[in-house]
Amino acid sequence: MNINDLRRRNFLKTSIGAAAVAIAPGFLLFDIAHGKAQAVSGKVRWGMLIDTAQCREGCNDCVTACNKENGLSGGTGATDSQWIRKVDIKDINTGRKVSLPMMCQHCENPPCVDVCPTNASFKRADGIVLVDRHRCIGCRYCMMACPYKARSFVHEPLTDQNPDVPRGKGTVESCTLCVHRIDKGQQPACAESCTNKAILFGNLNDPDSEIAKKIRAVSSVQVRANLGLNTGVRYQGL
Amino acid sequence: MSGHSPLYFKNRLYYVLLAAGGLVALAGMYAVYLMEHHGHVITGMNNQVVWGLPHVFAIFLIVAASGVLNVASIGSVFGKSIYKARAPMASLLSIAMLAGGLAVLMLDLGRPDRLMVAATNINLTSVFAWNVVLYTGMFSLIVIYLWTMMERRMNRWNKPAGFAVFAWRFILTTGTGLIFAFLTARQAYGSALLPPMFIVLSFAWGLAVFHLVQAVAYFWNDKVLDPAIMERTKHLLGIFVIGSLYLITIYHLTNLYFAQQVGFVRFILIDGGIYPTLFWLGYIVLGNLIPLGLIYWPGRKSNCMAASLLVILGAFALLYVFIIGGQAYPLDIFPGYAASSSFGDGQIASYNPSIYEFLLGFGGLAIAFILTTVGVRIFNFLPQDKRYIAD
Repeated sequence: MNINDLRRRNFLKTSIGAAAVAIAPGFLLFDIAHGKAQAVSGKVRWGMLIDTAQCREGCNDCVTACNKENGLSGGTGATDSQWIRKVDIKDINTGRKVSLPMMCQHCENPPCVDVCPTNASFKRADGIVLVDRHRCIGCRYCMMACPYKARSFVHEPLTDQNPDVPRGKGTVESCTLCVHRIDKGQQPACAESCTNKAILFGNLNDPDSEIAKKIRAVSSVQVRANLGLNTGVRYQGL
Repeated sequence: MSGHSPLYFKNRLYYVLLAAGGLVALAGMYAVYLMEHHGHVITGMNNQVVWGLPHVFAIFLIVAASGVLNVASIGSVFGKSIYKARAPMASLLSIAMLAGGLAVLMLDLGRPDRLMVAATNINLTSVFAWNVVLYTGMFSLIVIYLWTMMERRMNRWNKPAGFAVFAWRFILTTGTGLIFAFLTARQAYGSALLPPMFIVLSFAWGLAVFHLVQAVAYFWNDKVLDPAIMERTKHLLGIFVIGSLYLITIYHLTNLYFAQQVGFVRFILIDGGIYPTLFWLGYIVLGNLIPLGLIYWPGRKSNCMAASLLVILGAFALLYVFIIGGQAYPLDIFPGYAASSSFGDGQIASYNPSIYEFLLGFGGLAIAFILTTVGVRIFNFLPQDKRYIAD
């Protein structure tokens, strides 16, 4: 065996070792993030039907559950993140009052995705609108574009994050529909926490799902339907 | 002391001016460092007013950068000699202001360190992404345009280059207007009127900046500007001011006519606190009426410099009302309902700019100042006029 063969062999060994070291953390992190090798299906469209008659004024259970699940502080200051909020509305002419949860409406034609310069705002095949925190440059154009004020900007350094829900100072964030839970076959935290069952979560595209049956049977609306965004979240009794 | 020539003191003063500009830019950088370290919580911006004072400075600089090129276009495209003599200086000013404005816009990002991400991931439906292309294209075109003016062998390309710059800056300012025009849900924006409005505003603001810089440059070099030339460009400023006033009026009239927009117009023009004050006193009176008086009042010596300075002040007042007032008015998510929540629904949002935002904004002005000062000194950008004869 001449010296060149040895060199080549050593070179190959080192290369394989280096490649293994480079790839290993990826596998490890993929596992930690409970990643699925299978891509999400475009045949599914996740959505929600919110029954405002069942939503009590003053009840904040969905908000509390969201904050806990996603590691938000729960603060309501002007610079605090709020992924879901309770909005109390009153008809100006009739005085009728309604209380409802408001969050990202997971539009089919999301303005936030249109305006995002770096493609950080994106819509998953199953209709969930998300922000890629590695790509977001923090320009806040999506916050200007969102008709529902669903997005928050992280104004301060973060500590004690939930590993399933990575966040980042200087980037924009919003309701993920608890995508990490959906991918494990669970419901979003807000839907699960609502004692009055005011939030019905499911696949809008499956005609046999509970949500699809119900939106066929009862009258429901999209908030600001005139904008033509085709939201994934619908409201009953509005 | 008496042994030194006036030129010696002038040189000294030049370096003092540069150092002062450098210090302001440095203070801006320090503000950026603090904003990056502590997050945007140290600014006045929040989740309701997401764009603040830095955007007022940035958009002024970018819009004026496009408008100042009008001076060059009238020369190169329409062949007017007094403007042609001013084209190099206008081009330099444009590059300087564009650089200052973009620096502010970029350094206000939540993650300015991700500039490379912005440069390599272009979303074709995003007006911001278009603007990345428009701004870099503008820089390159102006440099080429300057080259065709300064290099004798390139002179024959001057007219095509002038045309290209002329067309490009229209598209550029259209792009700036579209940032707001393409917002579907905001009461203050989402109007096709905004791009042309920004173009006409850019003419007035750009010419005002040009007048000031030209006056300082002439003073510095002990040159006297031909009063006939001053008279002409002064009247041009008057026309641009009237034009922008017209478009602003139409913008508010349109809103006033739509019942759903009346609440917003009331807020901006009557009962919105600081915003109506800034609009009427800052923009209309200081930024338009007094300058028009200074330009057109018969029988008195007009003061073009004061008029230009006031037009610039008015520009800042208008942009503050437009950008911040437009966000402070609550988004109408449930038309026909009064709303309240922990996230400012149905509430007028409050915004108090912090010192860091001022520092960042002035830092951008300082960058434009430094580039202009150095440019005028190093290159031969001073207008060389023959005795003025009307074209």
